[in-house]
Amino acid sequence: MKPQFRTCPETGLVFHRPAENLIKANAVAAVIFLAVGGLLGLLVALTRWPAVQILNAQDFYTVLTGHGVVMLLVWILYFEIALLYFCSAVLLRSRIATPRLGWVAFGLMLVGAAITSWAIIAGSSSVMMTSYVPMPADPKFYFGLILFAVGALIGVFIFFGTLAIARDEKTYEGSVPLVTFGALTAAILAVFTIACGAIILIPTWLWSIGYISEIDPLMYRLVWWGLGHTSQQINVAAHVSIWYAIAAIVFGAKPLSEKVSRGAFFLYILFISVASAHHLLGDPGLSTEWKIFNTSYVMYLAVLASLVHGLTVPGSIEVAQREKGHNKGLFEWLRKAPWGNPVFSGMFLSLVGFGFIGGISGVVMGSEQVNFLIHNTIYVPGHFHATVVLGTTLAFMAMTLWLVPVLFRRKTFMPGLAKWVPWLFGIGTGLQTLFMMGAGTLGVSRRHWDMAFTGSAFEWAYPGMAHTLMALNGVSAIIAVLGGMCFVVVVVGTILFGQRTNPAEYSETRPAVLRGPSESLVGHGQIGFKGFPAPGTFVLAMFLLLIFVVYFFVNYGYLASVWRFS
Amino acid sequence: MSAIQPPAQRVWWKQPVDRVEIVWIAIALVWCLIMFFFMPYWHVYGEQNYSGEAYRVNPQDYVAKVNEFVEAHTVRHETDRQIPVVRPPAGGDVYLLARLWEWYPILELQKGETYRFHVSSADWQHGLSIQPININFQVLPGYDMVLNITPTEAGEYAVVCNEYCGIMHHTMLSRIYVVDN
Ligand SMILES: [Cu+2]
Repeated sequence: MKPQFRTCPETGLVFHRPAENLIKANAVAAVIFLAVGGLLGLLVALTRWPAVQILNAQDFYTVLTGHGVVMLLVWILYFEIALLYFCSAVLLRSRIATPRLGWVAFGLMLVGAAITSWAIIAGSSSVMMTSYVPMPADPKFYFGLILFAVGALIGVFIFFGTLAIARDEKTYEGSVPLVTFGALTAAILAVFTIACGAIILIPTWLWSIGYISEIDPLMYRLVWWGLGHTSQQINVAAHVSIWYAIAAIVFGAKPLSEKVSRGAFFLYILFISVASAHHLLGDPGLSTEWKIFNTSYVMYLAVLASLVHGLTVPGSIEVAQREKGHNKGLFEWLRKAPWGNPVFSGMFLSLVGFGFIGGISGVVMGSEQVNFLIHNTIYVPGHFHATVVLGTTLAFMAMTLWLVPVLFRRKTFMPGLAKWVPWLFGIGTGLQTLFMMGAGTLGVSRRHWDMAFTGSAFEWAYPGMAHTLMALNGVSAIIAVLGGMCFVVVVVGTILFGQRTNPAEYSETRPAVLRGPSESLVGHGQIGFKGFPAPGTFVLAMFLLLIFVVYFFVNYGYLASVWRFS
Repeated sequence: MSAIQPPAQRVWWKQPVDRVEIVWIAIALVWCLIMFFFMPYWHVYGEQNYSGEAYRVNPQDYVAKVNEFVEAHTVRHETDRQIPVVRPPAGGDVYLLARLWEWYPILELQKGETYRFHVSSADWQHGLSIQPININFQVLPGYDMVLNITPTEAGEYAVVCNEYCGIMHHTMLSRIYVVDN
């Protein structure tokens, strides 16, 4: 048998050669699509900057559709497949299941993405990411998405297969690590999501070629959002896993308790998929009971899960730092954190941005009545840029900056530039989210080429502040894209020109079984005060809660001021 | 045990939990429950709710109803395109039609009166956005959505389409006048 396993001398991770190659391919494809989608995003932001308006209407809708599809599906899913392979084969020191099928999955995703892109570029499929029927797109648009989804689904099943192999061949002792558990959560949600995608996209494709005469628009929206929203919950589970992983990699942090962190992931599996109902709050015909059950009763248990991770991730870092001696006051642990290390700063900005902006705005706008104030305004993209870009994408970027040198056995190219990546990208995106949310609160609609309504029979002007906010959004997008360009330069540069480190030495023997630490279970008695091992994190969490409560009631106050309707 | 290693013991759910986690989970759960109960509370005591009243309708039939409504209550015409301005009786039915790329007709409502406000689409999906008060609904073909609306403030309001509906989407703009009795 060919030598198959190598141990990384710096990190101690064990790589199975076929898994390593698949991870490399999926991660590189992801970064290339991120670069493409980022440039499309810049064009979108520069068009929505009223004084610039760089594209004409037709090109704008084409580019906006491309930006949505490339970013939300292609970049993110390619990276997630790489992450699933990493969290199974690498973390568990296992061989990967059916590597050949892994290449089939990779190829299907590539072909699917190419076919859909072709349909979009041809201009015949400017139907936006949501492609709501009965507005038609070219059949190729739907067909490419189906192929892409099938490829991704195969990747997910390879993950499950690898877990089964690792278990059978006893490559690890005890239970899977927390990070793998989080990846498992993401994979389970992915199966649900892709099933919803199949249920809606296959009939829509048949409709587009004339085989089915009609698709009910409300039913379309209901099932589509099972795909559209739940796919974002895959991202949440994936980036929370990355937060834990980076806390472990950078600080050697341990979960405060396995029970709480795993329990929170379990709440995602049970409850998070119904949260997609909040996209339908302004739709005709859905009952109040249905809306309240779906958006609140169950969703808030998923919100609880996110609030728990919001404490346990920084809490685990705080404990690790205090145990290293940074035990003074409330925040010494945070001040002494390695802010110049982009792996850490990216992860931490992702955590803060996702929690304070994405999380709070998502829950508030998803509550049954507040939704009427912001449905389909640019507040919505503001919110989801806070979750998917500031949260997920930035976490994935931080992970990539750590993973690429390890995978390709090269030193980081231009490490001074790498330091800037999370700051430029994080602050640029963070400002964008706030400006878009502000403009949305003033009524500016999303997916709108011209907020001045040129060519209309009527005139209407949004408040001057709304125009200013959209201009500031354009400026912030430039900052974010600069950060993204630095990221691509660092990653591509590392792969092509990074100084080689150790050569790969694959060995014929199987790696040693992965064991957990042997220490017995004790609390964190020596640090913090009064059973609070992470008092600084607790103070930050209470601060988050305060903003949450105020923002929730401010929005209901605003709602109370508009026309009465029932 | 680190997050990328197996837990120290297989039976990880027996690991003791720090007090900081217990306290936080309790506080967070209370807040989640407050948010949960606030929605039905607002549904009963708040004045801005949509309870889901809607009817399946054939788009052609809906267009016919709108035309009937316009014929009965038009008070004048506006703009170069001679769009009818319709002033329905207080408390009566109001019909608004969304189609590529206009809202039809212009409405003139009385402040403080309640109307049964119908909205539907003749073709694709549209978004009903009333500015500057910023209330927003989705408009679907085949569904007649009914809102009991009470305009509380006199003035000139814009109706913006905020769901992408094709190349001229940004021109899909109209008026609602709210007048004092
Ligand atoms: Cu429209």
